[in-house]
Amino acid sequence: MEICRRNDYIEISELDPFLAELLRQIPASTDPEGVSAAEQRLFSPPAAPDEIEICAEWKLYVKPELRRLFQTATETVAADLEQLRGNEKAFANRTLRIPSKHAEAWLSALNQARLVIAAKYDFTDRELCDHYRSPIGSRRDLSLFQVNFYGFLQEFILRELDGWDKRSEG
Amino acid sequence: MTESHFGTRWRRKNIVTVMRFSVPKNAGPSTVDAPTVEKETRSKEDVDLPWQVVVHNDPVNLMSYVTMVFQRVFGYPREKAERHMLEVHNNGRSILWSGVRERGELYVQQLHGYLLLATLEKAG
Repeated sequence: MEICRRNDYIEISELDPFLAELLRQIPASTDPEGVSAAEQRLFSPPAAPDEIEICAEWKLYVKPELRRLFQTATETVAADLEQLRGNEKAFANRTLRIPSKHAEAWLSALNQARLVIAAKYDFTDRELCDHYRSPIGSRRDLSLFQVNFYGFLQEFILRELDGWDKRSEG
Repeated sequence: MTESHFGTRWRRKNIVTVMRFSVPKNAGPSTVDAPTVEKETRSKEDVDLPWQVVVHNDPVNLMSYVTMVFQRVFGYPREKAERHMLEVHNNGRSILWSGVRERGELYVQQLHGYLLLATLEKAG
């Protein structure tokens, strides 16, 4: 897999079926699926529980707005991932292009996915720092690989966003 | 992601009335004029200053991502944003801002939009 910036989009090329599948799983991975730890991580409290007024108004007004915000980002990413639609063989050497204007949505969706997966599996700090662990061992290992792969993409997008910001300032 | 995503005012502005008793400036010890009572409305958050926006450590969020969020939300230069990020990372939390409650609420809202663990706390 290669990732680089070309003009006003990020290009991920030479995608093998495995990584293409991980990319396709981003939108689904943002769903807490009723796992309360994951739901709580996405919608963490805005204050201590004894700040009853703040917490109650947050639940009423802010939480639905955050949910919409996260959903919109996920939908944008899902639409971009339509480029990878097809059977597994067709994924060989496929290319995904992410428009620069979608970079924020990708950052959000990747972050949602990483947080939800990490909450579901309750990864330890040590596991999250172990970037050399084999993804083949178990479902847990695969999920950890997924978190790290999405983190790598986030890091690249962040770097490119920084570059775009500097260019627009100049 | 911009501030426009967070346009909803989620807290009704609490208004309190402040009564102020004032004595005329030229009042001498032997002349006492009738006191005047001024009325003004002041928002409650002006009275119960200050509140703090606190960001808590999270092992999943990338350090570079957290730095970018601090720059965007608070307009901090990169060095200051990195200092706060490292404080969160090393100490478990960092006070990013303090001031009136309503502004703090908006900051917390924005930070949650970026999926950071942030809370609003009374100072002290």
